[in-house]
Amino acid sequence: MAKKLLIYGGRIINPKTNINSRMDILVSGSKIENLAPKIQKSKDYNLLDARNYFISPGFIDIHCHLREPGEEYKETIATGAAAAAAGGFTTICAMPNTIPAIDNRSVVEFIKNKSKEEAIVDVYPIGAVTKGRKGNELTEMAELAEAGVIGFSDDGNPVADPNIMRQALAYSSSLNLPIINHCEVPELSKGAHMNESWVSTLLGIKGMPNSAEEIMVARDISLAKLTGGHIHIAHVSTEGSINLIRNAKSEGINITCEVTPHHLTLTDKSVLGANSETYDYAPVTINSYNTMAKVNPPLRSLADKNAMIAGLLDGTIDIIATDHAPHSKVDKMCTMNEAAFGISVLETALPSLISLTETSAISLPLLIDKLTVEPANFLNLDIGSIEVGKIADLTIFSATEEWKVEPNNFLSKGKNTPLEGDILKGKIKATIKKGVTIYDKDK
Amino acid sequence: MQSESTNSNVFKLENMLDVDALTKVDIETILDHSETMEEVLNRDIKKVPSLRGKTIVTLFYEPSTRTRVSFEQAGKILSADVININNKTSSNSKGESLYNTALTIQAIGADVVILRHPHSGAPYFMAKHIKTGVINAGDGTHAHPTQALLDLYTIKKKIGSIEGKKITLVGDILYSRVARSHMWGLSKLGAEITICGPATLIPNDFIKGLQNIKGHPFNKIEITSNINHALKNADIVMALRLQLERQQSGHLPSLREYSKEFGLTEKRLQSSNPGVIIMHPGPMNEGIEIESAVAHGTNSIIEEQVTSGVALRMALLNIMCSKS
Repeated sequence: MAKKLLIYGGRIINPKTNINSRMDILVSGSKIENLAPKIQKSKDYNLLDARNYFISPGFIDIHCHLREPGEEYKETIATGAAAAAAGGFTTICAMPNTIPAIDNRSVVEFIKNKSKEEAIVDVYPIGAVTKGRKGNELTEMAELAEAGVIGFSDDGNPVADPNIMRQALAYSSSLNLPIINHCEVPELSKGAHMNESWVSTLLGIKGMPNSAEEIMVARDISLAKLTGGHIHIAHVSTEGSINLIRNAKSEGINITCEVTPHHLTLTDKSVLGANSETYDYAPVTINSYNTMAKVNPPLRSLADKNAMIAGLLDGTIDIIATDHAPHSKVDKMCTMNEAAFGISVLETALPSLISLTETSAISLPLLIDKLTVEPANFLNLDIGSIEVGKIADLTIFSATEEWKVEPNNFLSKGKNTPLEGDILKGKIKATIKKGVTIYDKDK
Repeated sequence: MQSESTNSNVFKLENMLDVDALTKVDIETILDHSETMEEVLNRDIKKVPSLRGKTIVTLFYEPSTRTRVSFEQAGKILSADVININNKTSSNSKGESLYNTALTIQAIGADVVILRHPHSGAPYFMAKHIKTGVINAGDGTHAHPTQALLDLYTIKKKIGSIEGKKITLVGDILYSRVARSHMWGLSKLGAEITICGPATLIPNDFIKGLQNIKGHPFNKIEITSNINHALKNADIVMALRLQLERQQSGHLPSLREYSKEFGLTEKRLQSSNPGVIIMHPGPMNEGIEIESAVAHGTNSIIEEQVTSGVALRMALLNIMCSKS
C-alpha cells in the first residue's frame, strides 16, 4: 500500500465550500482522507511542505486543442496533457477540430483510449455539431453522447447556418448537453487576421469588427430561447457580447459563456508589438505584425478587455477556459496573413490571471471558482472541490513567485505565445491528479 | 528603421519601411539628396560609381512594372549590381517561405533588398530577421513609402514648401497603401490633410473618431464624404486608384456612381485654389477617378511623378548602401 501524502501548511482556496484559510490535507490513494487546520505528521506519510503556497482544486479547462489525431507535429494528447499538468490543470476537454474531426464514435474512442494510455490528466472529448465540421448535417449526437462527449462544437468554425443551429440546440437539449459555439459571422470576418480598430488601420491588416461576434451571439440567444437548448458561447471577446449575454441571463435563457486569459489581459496592441498597459497610440516597428498575438477571436480593444473583467466580476461570465491552440514554428514564422490563429495558453494561464488581482477588483478565490467549480458544474462532474472523500485533484501554486516566460521550456509542443520574455508573477508548484503528483516544478 | 539625423548629410538609414519612422529633417535630407541625384539623371552619361560592388535585390511578389524598373534603373545608374527576382505565388500554392527566401538573400551578400509583397508587414518581418537593409516597395494595404517620398519630392520641386498647404486625397483610403504613407509624409511636413471618399472606403475608426486614441498622429486629418467641401481651397489634390473589384465586394454600388460622386473633374476643381496641383500615383482609371482633361491638364504633374521616382530611389539606395 502506497504511503499517504500529507500536504501541510498551505493556504486552501476552495470556493465550493467557501474555504480560504491555512489547512492540512491528507491524501490516501486517489482520495482526500482528511482536511483539517492541523493534521499530525507521521513517518508513514510522504510530506509536501506547502507553507509558501496556495492549494486549490485541480483546474479544469473546458476548451483545448490537442491536435491529435491529425496534426501531431503541433501537439499530441500526451504533450497537451503534460502541458496542462504544468499549468495546474487536472481535467481538460479536447475540441473536435482534429483531422479527422471528432464527429463519430470511433474518433471519440480513439481519444479516450489514447488519453487513458498516454495522458497524465483526464481528457474529455467534445463532439462536432456537424459532420466534418462543415456546417451542413448534424452528427449522430446521441451516439457521440453515449460514447462520452461532454458537449458539441464546431469550434474553429461557427455553426453558420441558423437553421442547423436551431436543430442542434433542440436535438442536444434532450441529451442534456450544451452546444458550444464559436460566434463569428463569416461574411464579416472574411480575409481578416485581427481585430478591426485603429491598430488594424495603422498596420493595414484587415480586421474583424465586434459585430461579427455579436450578431451570432444575439442569434444564438434567440435560438436558445426558441428551443430551450443550452447554448454555451466560447471565448467571448466583445463588450457587446457581454451585454447581450448579461441580458439573456436576466431573462432566464439557458446560456453560459467562457472567457480566455488572453482576452482578459491583452489588447490588439499586442499585434503592434507594443506594451498594452495603455491604449495610447504606439508606432509600427519591426516587432509589429506579431503573429504570436494572432488568435481567433482576436485580441480586442481596451474597452472590450475591461468588459471581460466586468463580466467576470458580475457573474455574466461563468468559466475561464484557455482555448489552448498550439502551433508549430512555421505556422507563426511568417506574415500575419499566412500565420495560423492561436496561442499556447495552458502553461501561462495562471500567472496571466493572477495579474488581474493586481490590476482589477478580481480576487484569487473568484479566479479559482471560474477554473474549478464552474467548469465542474458545466461538465456535470463530481470534481472541482477539496472535501473529505472526494477525488484528490489538487493544484499547488505560488501567487507571488516571478518567472520569465521561455517557450522553449514549455511542455506543450506549441511555443506560440505573445508573452515570450515577459516576467510573470504566479507559478505552479505541483499538480496532483487522483492522489498522484503528476507535476512538480522542482523535480 | 532607426534613423539618426545630424546637421550634415551624414544620416543613417538601416531600412526604409515606412515614412512614419522618419523625422521632418530626415525627409528633407532625402529630398535634398534626390535633387543632387536628379542632376546625374540629366547628364549625357548617366552613370556614377557610388555603389560599385554593392548588390541590390528586387524581390517582387506582386506584378509591378513602374516601381521595379524605377528601382532597377536607380541602382544601375549608381553602378550597383541589380538582381531581379519575381516571385509570383498564388495563395494556394505556397512556395518557399518568405523567411527562407530572406535568409538566402542575406547569405548571397546583398546589401539592400527591395521587397514588394501582397501581405502588409512583410518587409517588417524581413527586416526583423535579416541584417540586409530592406526597402518597402509596397506591402499589402499598409505602406508604399518610396511612392510617398517621390510625390513629396515632386511637390517640393513644383511649389517649394508644403507647410500649411491644403492637400486633399480622394478615393479608396481604406485599401490604399499610397494614401497611408502620404498621410505620414504630409503630416510630418506640416500640410493640412483632408481625405475624401465614400464611407465604405474610409477606415471606420477614422470615421468614428481617432481622437479617443491618445497621441494618434492622424487625429488632425479632416475626413469627409463631401467632394465639394474637400476640394474647396485645396492646393494639391491627389486622386487614388480605384480597384475595380470594389464594386464586386460591395463597397460601391457601381463605378458609374463613384465617378459621378467622387471623380475629379475640371468643374469640381474650380473651387480649389488657382494653380491647384493634380497628382495620381498611377496606374490611372481615366474616366473613373479622374477625368482625362484633368489628368493631362496644365496643372497635372502626373508625368513628373515618374521622373522623380528614379532620383528619389537613387537617393535612398545611396544613403542606405554607402553608410553601411
